[in-house]
Amino acid sequence: MLLKMSNLSKTYPGGKIALANFNLEVDKGEFICLIGTSGSGKTTVMRMINRMLNQTEGTIEINGDDISKMDPVKLRRKIGYVIQNIGLMPHMTIRDNITVVPKLLKWSEEKRNERAKEMIKLVELPEEMLDRYPSELSGGQQQRIGVVRALAADQDIILMDEPFGALDPITRDSLQQLVKDLQERLGKTFIFVTHDMDEALRLATRIVIMSHGEEVQVDTPDNIMRHPKDDFVKELIGKDRLIQARPSITTVGQIMLKNPVSITPGKSLIQAIQLMHDKRVDSLLVTDDAGILKGRIDVESVDYSFNTATSVSDIMDTDIFSVPSDSLIRDTVGRILKRGFKNIPVVDQDNRLVGIVTRAALVDIVYDALYGEQHENGESEAHQDDNSESGDQS
Amino acid sequence: MKGMDLFEQLGYYFTHNGLYILSQFNRTFLIAIYGVIFAAIIGIPVGIWTARHRKMSPAVIGLANVIQTIPSLAMLSILMLGLGLGVNTVITTVFLYALLPIIKNTYTGMTNVDPDVLDSGTGMGMTSWQLLYMVELPLSMSVIMAGIRNALVLGIGITAIGSFVGAGGLGDIIIRGSNATNGGAIILAGALPTALMAIIADMVLAFFEKKLDPVKRKTA
Repeated sequence: MLLKMSNLSKTYPGGKIALANFNLEVDKGEFICLIGTSGSGKTTVMRMINRMLNQTEGTIEINGDDISKMDPVKLRRKIGYVIQNIGLMPHMTIRDNITVVPKLLKWSEEKRNERAKEMIKLVELPEEMLDRYPSELSGGQQQRIGVVRALAADQDIILMDEPFGALDPITRDSLQQLVKDLQERLGKTFIFVTHDMDEALRLATRIVIMSHGEEVQVDTPDNIMRHPKDDFVKELIGKDRLIQARPSITTVGQIMLKNPVSITPGKSLIQAIQLMHDKRVDSLLVTDDAGILKGRIDVESVDYSFNTATSVSDIMDTDIFSVPSDSLIRDTVGRILKRGFKNIPVVDQDNRLVGIVTRAALVDIVYDALYGEQHENGESEAHQDDNSESGDQS
Repeated sequence: MKGMDLFEQLGYYFTHNGLYILSQFNRTFLIAIYGVIFAAIIGIPVGIWTARHRKMSPAVIGLANVIQTIPSLAMLSILMLGLGLGVNTVITTVFLYALLPIIKNTYTGMTNVDPDVLDSGTGMGMTSWQLLYMVELPLSMSVIMAGIRNALVLGIGITAIGSFVGAGGLGDIIIRGSNATNGGAIILAGALPTALMAIIADMVLAFFEKKLDPVKRKTA
């Protein structure tokens, strides 16, 4: 456990409660986004980690050491700090700006120079820029420097307070990409404050949703999208985003039709045609007794070889395409549509048949994304229960 | 001197008393500079302290303002009662008058440093001392320099008056001219170098002020 916050509270004189009973444990390499409306205490939490604010109650431990017992100056030199308004030193060159903390730590000049070059390469800016002053750089470039300044002394934890809030959307996009990339490449731990849900969903490994000084929900972006805890979270995410995001977070298992029509290889063709007739379908999936998917047969092949073959196993097509039930719709839709399959069997880890995805089910998803508001509740359950439609294989 | 017009007389005075004027010029300049340097030594730390304790700023700046409202001739006379005639009285007067612009500008410079820069400085682990000499002072240096510039111009003016209490300097020449019949040329011989000194001091310090402005700093 890299960072452990327990029972943190902050009360200002006069009784205003900025934060109440906040608990969070952060592992190395996590990207935590604190998100909430203004006054929710997200910045308060972040600033407590480098002791820019002191809690009234509770403890923060880094690698098991209580930070309230550390020298705040030494602590801050070990924690990267990026703020919204960048805060580069206007009287220092970019080189000096990047190496402020190494200088405070009394690194030698050669080592600092080397680090400055390394760092500017990291954010894909030209080395000549090292000798310029901040006022000569664009806002996006300045914040890139702000980001690497927080990495220059090998800090393990990086705190960011709405770092991209003041940038235009295109610049913000490229900086988000950069930060995500740095986090994945360098394995740093980020504590990132934002009020932009898109940003949080894009960057975070875990999101902490806060309101009025309290944690509302702490979970991965996928889980928050899938199970927003209450109306506040739903509103924060936004209805549109919840609906639009559905294809990207819904698994095949959630939309597939359960109880697909299947037959065992040993059955005769007559039995197969009988079953198709009963269920009003034009193809059957073939499974063995244990439910393992073996192949498929369709009405054309039955008709073609009715006189030459006797059992299902003689004519079944064993070269079939199936998807695991826990794969994402997002990854599946394209394949289904491109290959022109009418339907795709869904299997579990043991290759056991558990369901089927039909083109009609995909239509439902597209329909929900477009007209979802009218159909808010339980559309996925609806067609799962509706077995009579499982024959949409015509 | 008869038969010469004012400027001829002035030229005559310069050619015959050039070295004397130069030595008085130096004297005036040194008195003003000493006063301002002492004021800077006291005023800059006071300004920094005031900026750190903002509640005290009305009291400190108010006090410096009160000093400023006393007419300089009155101040010289009052101080003369304690310190007697001579250079020390004038240096002390210059010191007192230079305090206000220096304290005020130091305070303004310090409080105008971008709070985001201070926040990121502290957040990166600067001690308050490091924050002062690595960030706050370099960033407020041009404003402080503007205060010193004001103080020096003011100080040169006061030094000229200071001749009344026997400090010497260019003021001596002016007083001599005003006591003589037809002494216009002598008055000019004292007044012109004084004015020139003030203008040059102003320009030189303005140059430094600009040079020290961190925001306008560019590589090219």
